[in-house]
Amino acid sequence: MDKGKPLSVLRVMDVHKAYAPNTPVELEVLHGINLVLEHGEFTALIGPSGSGKSTLLNLIGLLDTPTRGEIIIDGRQTGKLNDQDLTRLRGRSIGFVFQYSCLLPEFTAAENVRMPLLANRGWPDVEMNRTAETLLGQVGLEPWKDHMASDLSGGQQQRVAIARALAMQPALILADEPTGNLDTRAADGVFDLLRSVNRTLGTTFLIVTHDPRLAVRCDRIVELVDGRIVSDRPNQPAPHASSEIAATGAAA
Amino acid sequence: MNRFAPFEWIAAIRFMREGLIQTSLIIIGVALGVAVIVFMSALLASLQTNLFRRTLSFQAQIVVNPPEEVARPQREPGEGAIAALVQPRSQRLKSVDQWQKVRSQIERLPDVTDVTPVVSGPGFAIRGDANKAVTITGVEPETYLRVIALTDKIVAGKVGVGTSEIVIGTELAKDLGAALDDKLRLATASGAAETLTVTGIFDFGNKGINERNVYISLRTAQNLLDLVGGVSSIELNVRDPFQAETVAQTIQALTALEADSWIRTNAQFFSALSAQTLSNNFIRFFVGLTAALGIASVLVVSVVQKSREIGILRAMGTTQGQVLRLFLVQGAVVGLVGSLFGSVLGFLFLNLWRDIAKNPDGTPLFVVTVDPMLFVATAAGATLVGTLAAMVPARRAAKLNPVVAIRG
Repeated sequence: MDKGKPLSVLRVMDVHKAYAPNTPVELEVLHGINLVLEHGEFTALIGPSGSGKSTLLNLIGLLDTPTRGEIIIDGRQTGKLNDQDLTRLRGRSIGFVFQYSCLLPEFTAAENVRMPLLANRGWPDVEMNRTAETLLGQVGLEPWKDHMASDLSGGQQQRVAIARALAMQPALILADEPTGNLDTRAADGVFDLLRSVNRTLGTTFLIVTHDPRLAVRCDRIVELVDGRIVSDRPNQPAPHASSEIAATGAAA
Repeated sequence: MNRFAPFEWIAAIRFMREGLIQTSLIIIGVALGVAVIVFMSALLASLQTNLFRRTLSFQAQIVVNPPEEVARPQREPGEGAIAALVQPRSQRLKSVDQWQKVRSQIERLPDVTDVTPVVSGPGFAIRGDANKAVTITGVEPETYLRVIALTDKIVAGKVGVGTSEIVIGTELAKDLGAALDDKLRLATASGAAETLTVTGIFDFGNKGINERNVYISLRTAQNLLDLVGGVSSIELNVRDPFQAETVAQTIQALTALEADSWIRTNAQFFSALSAQTLSNNFIRFFVGLTAALGIASVLVVSVVQKSREIGILRAMGTTQGQVLRLFLVQGAVVGLVGSLFGSVLGFLFLNLWRDIAKNPDGTPLFVVTVDPMLFVATAAGATLVGTLAAMVPARRAAKLNPVVAIRG
């Protein structure tokens, strides 16, 4: 039903990924993945360990290239792009939130948020500073903007990482177990933040998670088993979830 | 555009500040290397200038002589009779043929600065019972003093070489017991003799020269040595002393006379200078290489340590080129900062050396001068070496697979 729309945020078309291709030890881990994400979708990617979730996420994030198939981001085919163009497209269109804190420890919270802007534009400017402060305000960390990244708690670091992922106003944010390393309360707070970003900014999310508690709070659940999508179903977010967040979220 | 934009600088400086111990150690290493290079180069340059000045103080850079006389057998070989034994001819003192013309020919050469005619030959200095063999040098003072800095070497009196005046060395003065304004007789083997007044006493810092050389007027020497109207050699200096041999060959081709440069007449001294320069270059090369390897190894370690952050930077849109330059900047900064500290250190060493290396009487052993260009050249060189040394680690960082790097 969505196939008529030209500009889906993401179209993954018959993507295969093999390690050590064309060798005797070739190992194919993804066997023809098809996946389309529309603007504003909030999708969970679930599946057992080794099912290929992270591999798929890396392919979508243009950090790795598929053995076969095509990945189209914001209407741009990526198969023929060179490393420079892939990097530029990645910087503009995709934000990353990883499981373990992926901040640059040498920099402050605000500098971390600014870094994608600086890397993509080359030169610093005042507007970047304002953007970073605004984003840090949105994730509730404005007072911590001048703290070194390494001095923040796990939950705070993930919030900074989310602010950083938003810096370039990407259409798509990829989150690999964004709460995997946090305690339940902090995890709920971070998840709540992702949801609110999705609602207010309309950013599309693809979230890899092991946690069924979080998966049921997404709009759509894609399940990957042994390198194949075995189920792709819309989901009615559990109604009790938001009250739970209201109770615990502020603590994160 | 944005080839070395501040992003690379900001990240590079921050990475280096984070690994402060590593950074400091390698900067100290580079600084010590640079200090050694600065110290050695300045010392050697001064030493060479000094040796050079001392050696060349009493001889011109090029001396033009008449060609040697050769014995010619009356029959050409192959015409039947063969001269089994050809005795070399003895070389009598003779004049440079048409020396005024030769002189103006040489003066017109572009590299030649000063030219002077000289009459030189053996003689005896006699005073009372003392009788010493000397080398008579008859000079034309206006031009001769521009070629040989005799004036600087005078310890008593002045360079007065009028018709009946003579300038002698300290040793000869001592041997003859002659002081200023004393008279002595100068005689030659042919029997000619003149009585001359001592007007100056020189000290070239060389006993043989101080004992043997005497300076008189060109005309008096011509009379004494039976070379009236002639000169035994034409002496000259050139702009770049190290080009003297080339100029000498030009003169030889031009005039068919024998032109000997100081390089040929002091072959051993010259090759000693060359050997010194060569060994200095060797040392500089290896010190530079050591510093480069140090920078490279520190950065290789840094790339490993920072691989996760490099992966994160790549994920947020940092290109391979940016990562490459990020590490090149680190190499350049280490080289530059190291060379600045090293130059200061080298300068301190040189001052220390000035205080230590002294003659017993407290005068400096030799004057150490430092060319400011040495510091500029060293800083530029060290920055270049640092950048080159960073090439290998920087390429490694740029080629890191972000997926692997982020997973750590």
